Amino acid sequence: MHDLMPTRRDLLRASAGLVVSFTLARHAMAGGGEPDQKPAAGSSTAPKPVALDQVDSYLAIAPDNRVTLYSGKVDLGTGIETAFTQILAEELEVPAENITFISGDTLLTPDQGPTFGSLSIQSGGMQLRQAAATARKALLAMAADRFHVEPTAVTLQAGRVIAGERSVPYGDLLADQRFALKVDPNAPTKNPATFKVVGTSVPRADIPPKVTGRFTYMQDYKVDGMLHGRVVRPSGIRSSLQSVDRGSVQGIPGIVSVVQEGNFLGVVAETEWAAIRGAQALKATWSDWQGLPEQSKLFETVRATKVEKDEITSSTGDPKIALDKAARKLKATYEFAIHTHGSIGPSCAIVAIADNKLTCWTASQSTHKLREQLATMLSMPRENVRCIYVEGSGCYGRNGHEDAAADAAVLSRAVGGRPVRVQWSRADEHGWDPKGPPTMLDLQAGLDDQGNVVAWQSELFICATSAPFVPLLAANLTDLPREHGMAPGGVTGDSAIPYAFPAVHTMAHRLADAPLRPAWIRTPGRMQNTFANESFMDELAAAANADPLAFRLKYLKDPRGIELLHRLAALAKWDARPSPQRRQGGDVATGRGMSYVKYELNRTYIGAVAEVEVKRSTGEIRVTRFNVAHDCGQIINPDGLRNQIEGNVIQTVSRTLMEEVTFNRSHVTSLDWASYPIITFPDVPDVVMDLIDRPNEKPWGAGEPTAAVVPSAVGNAVFDAIGVRLRSVPMKPEKVLAALRAT
Amino acid sequence: MPKTAQLTVNGKPALVPADDGQIPLLYVLRNDLGLHGPRFGCGLGQCGACMVLMDGKATRSCITPLASVGQAKITTLEGLGSPEQPSAVQKAFIDEQAVQCGYCINGMIIQATDLLSRNHFPSASDIKQALANNLCRCGTHLRIVRAVQRASRSI
Ligand code: FES
Ligand code: FES
Repeated sequence: MHDLMPTRRDLLRASAGLVVSFTLARHAMAGGGEPDQKPAAGSSTAPKPVALDQVDSYLAIAPDNRVTLYSGKVDLGTGIETAFTQILAEELEVPAENITFISGDTLLTPDQGPTFGSLSIQSGGMQLRQAAATARKALLAMAADRFHVEPTAVTLQAGRVIAGERSVPYGDLLADQRFALKVDPNAPTKNPATFKVVGTSVPRADIPPKVTGRFTYMQDYKVDGMLHGRVVRPSGIRSSLQSVDRGSVQGIPGIVSVVQEGNFLGVVAETEWAAIRGAQALKATWSDWQGLPEQSKLFETVRATKVEKDEITSSTGDPKIALDKAARKLKATYEFAIHTHGSIGPSCAIVAIADNKLTCWTASQSTHKLREQLATMLSMPRENVRCIYVEGSGCYGRNGHEDAAADAAVLSRAVGGRPVRVQWSRADEHGWDPKGPPTMLDLQAGLDDQGNVVAWQSELFICATSAPFVPLLAANLTDLPREHGMAPGGVTGDSAIPYAFPAVHTMAHRLADAPLRPAWIRTPGRMQNTFANESFMDELAAAANADPLAFRLKYLKDPRGIELLHRLAALAKWDARPSPQRRQGGDVATGRGMSYVKYELNRTYIGAVAEVEVKRSTGEIRVTRFNVAHDCGQIINPDGLRNQIEGNVIQTVSRTLMEEVTFNRSHVTSLDWASYPIITFPDVPDVVMDLIDRPNEKPWGAGEPTAAVVPSAVGNAVFDAIGVRLRSVPMKPEKVLAALRAT
Repeated sequence: MPKTAQLTVNGKPALVPADDGQIPLLYVLRNDLGLHGPRFGCGLGQCGACMVLMDGKATRSCITPLASVGQAKITTLEGLGSPEQPSAVQKAFIDEQAVQCGYCINGMIIQATDLLSRNHFPSASDIKQALANNLCRCGTHLRIVRAVQRASRSI
């Protein structure tokens, strides 16, 4: 009954986020709900190409001249759908409203890698642009052929090829054929000076349906005959299931099955409410497991964890010798707590299995990788698994979406493949999604007697990368086949520094274990590294009695970085002087602190100035205003960029000031918004920014690069205000008070 | 005979199963009536994603048992307007592009609609206070406040 072939219905799924839930679901489930529909563009029955080097993998032009954009990168609520549509509209000369966006469907879209790292536009968008440029070149050649003119005599405009008086829509020219072309890396792309769509603030197509309830999120998605599943979590992270009292759910109408597989325990029911009640009522006994470290000794545990390997991230000169000779030496340790993604909508997925074929509807940021993981877990051929992206609540990294999909897969298999929807609870999400691991850095530096930096040394302590992807929770609990190990993301990025000191050594101790299942959460490692580096830079500037901005400029050789810092100084009306400022009277002190990063040392430049108020009597910090100077090269959609920058600042101010996953020896104890509070409206800072647009440069990632500079800018502003250095995130009032007492 | 309850949702009568009066209104609206506006966020009354208007008052449907609804008139995000004809508040959210993932936005619009019905010219700080118990993880707060201010000027 499964039809894994795309039909026109699939291909024409509306853009604007109007995912047609029922019709698509019915099709994909029941197969060929519309059997006479032929596939769009390229009417042959050959499957649609998805290879990265094929033009047809990225785009299709139908006879009615509608264009379909196939994207392996998905919109996680960041506006990628609109930005990609702009890129294609511009390069292919088609009206943006004629483009339908299909993303993250393993059957239809190219595997452009997970949607993470603020790489969508920089990498996925540029693959799309090159495919479009190749298509453009082909259209010009086809038109030249048709009109018997030179390709240079043909122009493209609004979906038509034009030669003198004659003009034809692309759809006519292609006559329902695919391009059947390899992406030509040398196909000329448009001159940015002629851009009409790229670089403008095209409003996001998904917003009108989202603000009126017409949008279908993953959490809203329905499939015919769908059952509802909930998982009952162990009492300790690695507790084993000893017994289940199935009678405990007997009185609840609508329970279909209690599913037990290894340490995986779940309930499947006819209605969502019955599943919730069943999961709450189900009695089970678990072994006592107390393998987590004591929370108060978390960073001692991190330091004591076995090192799997050391990675040197940069090395210049000999900082040991230089430190020995230095007139002044500084040393500090920075810590960064465990954070959770905190999606407002807990993870959700649906899985159905029929004829040994599995279909998974998921909000995963990496459907292609999930497909492999599900295939491995259920020992199915990869070709028999199809993952279809349906946008969910923002995930900010690898949250629980993939795990909910694995839960649904285990439950669906247990009930004969019937479609099962798993909606995680708040406690599932807060307690069981993988976490940003605890991170610690030791830094040392030396100054000569003129206050020049002569040596810099850093050691990062962070869990190792030992798995290609984050293992699925359900695979762990059931002990089904899986990849073992940890995958915290590219955490060593920005361990090396952008400053030209004579002797530098930066390295990472990659640890053999982490207390909770690790994953990437927005700006993985790079936020922690930048927190330590840029706070320590501030310590050095203070030790040298120098203005922190001038101090950085002294060691910055990169002209774009230098220009950025000058623009930042102007934006923030930077008051050039050393920190801290003179003692202010009254209980509330104000301060300003800066930070700078060249993201991963190879892309987006960010400079930031945080302005804070610190209440000495209570230790409370308020960030009142946050200034950002931003250079990501070519800007695709300025308002979309602003939206992302604002969001990254606000979320990271929250993480910096208040967030910390708590746990006892058995499990996470911060299971709701009361125990894991995040920033609320009265406390959000104003965000102002200066966007440097460089249309002739490559577009680089934006979003998470801004998050990198937030904790250090805030900490440096607190130092400026009250003269105490905060070296531990979150910067909770008790830490401020303790630091004040210690002075 | 399975029990049913008669609700008034978005101006129309709706007959829903009521075997368990303790079922939160949220699940009735989402699963029995197929509405997408009210969203499941926490089920604990902590985030505001599930909000609906009950007789004009912003209410957390995840902690509102069906049995307690009585004759109250329920309005969801769908009942306020559509992409073709958005309400003033919805339109202001579109104009300000005050959405990232948008999962929280239902609660923001419902709460703001309630606020503006009581206070026609709220200050930025009134708006922030009114929304203090509505959580947004994407950090869309500044745009949301601007959208509510814009809506207040247009009403
Ligand atoms: S879902 Fe109702 S308050 Fe969170
Ligand atoms: S817009 Fe995503 S949670 Fe608010």
